[in-house]
Amino acid sequence: MQLIFESLFNGVAIGSVLLVAALGLAIVFGLMGVINLAHGELMMLGAYSTYITQLIFKQVSFLKPFYDSYVIVAIGIAFLVSGTVGILLERTVIRRLYGSPLETLLATWGVSLILQQFVRSVPLAYGSGLVITLFFGLFAPLFISDDLLQGAKGKLIRASTWGFSALLGVATGGILSSLVSKLSRASARNVDVTAPSWMRGGIDFVGITFPKTRLLIILITLISVLVVIFFLDKTAWGMRIRAVTQNRSMSDCLGISTETVDIITFGIGSGLAGVAGVAVSLLGSVGPNVGGNYIVGCFMVVVLGGVGNLLGTILASFSIGIMTDLIGAGRLLTIWPEMPSPLYSTIDFFATTSMARVMIFALIVIFLQFRPTGMFPQKGRMVES
Amino acid sequence: MSIFSTKKSWINLTIWVLIIAFIIAAPSLLPVFRLNLLGRYLSLAIVALGVDLIWGFTGMLSLGQGIFFALGGYCAAMFLQLNSAGEFPNGIPEFFGLYGVEKLPFFWEPFKSSIFTLISIWLLPAIIAGLLGYLVFRNRIKGVYFSILTQAALLVFFNFFNGQQKLINGTNGLKTDVTQLFGQMVGSEIMQRWFFWISAVLVILAWFFARWIVRDRFGNVLIGIRDDEARVRFTGYNPVIFKTIIFSIAGGLAGISGALYTVQSGIVSPQFMTVPFSIEMVIWVAVGGRGTLLGAILGAVLINYAKSLVSEALPASWMFIQGGLFILVVTALPEGVLGWIRKDGPKKLLFLIGINKKLETYPSLEVNEQGEVKS
Repeated sequence: MQLIFESLFNGVAIGSVLLVAALGLAIVFGLMGVINLAHGELMMLGAYSTYITQLIFKQVSFLKPFYDSYVIVAIGIAFLVSGTVGILLERTVIRRLYGSPLETLLATWGVSLILQQFVRSVPLAYGSGLVITLFFGLFAPLFISDDLLQGAKGKLIRASTWGFSALLGVATGGILSSLVSKLSRASARNVDVTAPSWMRGGIDFVGITFPKTRLLIILITLISVLVVIFFLDKTAWGMRIRAVTQNRSMSDCLGISTETVDIITFGIGSGLAGVAGVAVSLLGSVGPNVGGNYIVGCFMVVVLGGVGNLLGTILASFSIGIMTDLIGAGRLLTIWPEMPSPLYSTIDFFATTSMARVMIFALIVIFLQFRPTGMFPQKGRMVES
Repeated sequence: MSIFSTKKSWINLTIWVLIIAFIIAAPSLLPVFRLNLLGRYLSLAIVALGVDLIWGFTGMLSLGQGIFFALGGYCAAMFLQLNSAGEFPNGIPEFFGLYGVEKLPFFWEPFKSSIFTLISIWLLPAIIAGLLGYLVFRNRIKGVYFSILTQAALLVFFNFFNGQQKLINGTNGLKTDVTQLFGQMVGSEIMQRWFFWISAVLVILAWFFARWIVRDRFGNVLIGIRDDEARVRFTGYNPVIFKTIIFSIAGGLAGISGALYTVQSGIVSPQFMTVPFSIEMVIWVAVGGRGTLLGAILGAVLINYAKSLVSEALPASWMFIQGGLFILVVTALPEGVLGWIRKDGPKKLLFLIGINKKLETYPSLEVNEQGEVKS
């Protein structure tokens, strides 16, 4: 009993990391039909944001008393950082490619290469300065009244907001690099995020120890899922997003600004990648390649669950998580030791992390033979859907 | 009417003579290191041709060509390892000793035969591609889902090969450059020269083969599948068969390419099955020009050459250049460089700058230097 409980917990823990990582992808892929291979790199940016936040809390004297709560601040920062980069990506590249998913796949792969190399060869302090420039440059026009943005004067105002943001970015970069020496040099090495003291150790319950970091990740995932469901189901913009998903041209005719919907959707999807990055940074060291380890798993979750269906995404990630734990840790063998020997040796053969992945991907491919569109397919009457 | 009667065939003939002359003379023109690189990139052009067949002509973006590439490489490496294993204990390759394996795993046995190896290099990847393809196409999985599934399949193979030390030396891969073939070291200069020639000839043969495929009615059906698969089905063709055949052809080409690449780079390892490598294959085709066979070859050779030159000079900048190339090609040159040239891209560019005058005629007529219509 205890064994099953422990296995279930581990499975849910693995699954919740997958879920929080796949959530943003599911929104972007499901609602916009965009294959974002840079999603993993947006996660990486989130993970690096956690690292930078941690260092700032450590170094700056007036923030030091609040060091223990840096993780919570980091979640917000990571959401904004990844969301900003995501919106820039949407504005510059992806909006040219709507309707051709394979092209978005290739272009975003290019973006992911650039982001990886960017983190390697640009000092993190100036990288964050650039993100701040982008943040204010992209969002400042939203807070200026439309009348001011008209005509020649408007152009001047737009240009000056960008100039101001650039100054702000350079200033941030300079201050950060002088405050925190670790951020002032570019490095391709992996960095480590240390969990604050209250997150170390575990909670004992019915004889099993639950690591607190895992519990926190499950909590982050739970909150993210609830917020996304609330946003999509209860708010006006959520309703618009769903409308555009169902019928883009009809929504356009009815006066919904599909362009704004695209920006919001992509921004939220990318921001969720940042949140996933925080979770990932708590699990292991953070490096330029950290996102690549998750991206294929995320896509499998989305495809297995059925595109554009959050419930499917949730079920798929937890089932993949539980299967990973059952197969990879060889738990079936401990649960049922006296199974027939050919079966035993087969399961034993797959009882390593990498072989478990082999098994699970193979199982998914087999599953898709019977349900080609995933657990919860989209309904439609088109020949090609 | 002789085929040499037109100007075009004379140009063609000259180009062919130049190409053949270059291939024969290359070993004496280029230093050994560069020759080896060129040979490798020529072998990569073969896999690019396969990618072009399935993506450029049939519209299926496979992100898993690395599977078939590596399988071909492993077939060749297994044969070479066995061929020179006589001096080691038990008569099996040396690395087995590290893991305490004393008996050759059963699937190594047939690779003692050179004929079997030569056939399996292309047949094995082709069969696996055919099986995988049939299962996927039968369920009408296509577009993005096909791409993601092939990527998942790639990871399955990667993890399997990476994890099995006792069967195929896992993550270390199989070395070929110190093995023997015809009494020569495979890594030796003379062998490498022969491999260069073999690669060059095979690229040309593969090009003729691919051209023969896409020229006929078969090729027309492939293009039909790319442009409107449902319509092809309604017309009475079964797209599954066509897609399976072309996918296994591409797999076979990838296998040949992998074997040639392995003997020239000296090692085959699960690194051939990583996700980035397979996506790179697609970008060679995308840059060269999807749907143009020559573009695939030129793309593979030139991009790789540029990669090695840039990485030697500025190691950090290649990722930026490569990433930028992806974005540029997809957003600005969706037809690739060769497709752009063939679709009068340079002329349009000249018009845009204002060097050439545009005539308001339809159909468009050729203009001479004075802006008059050529007769």
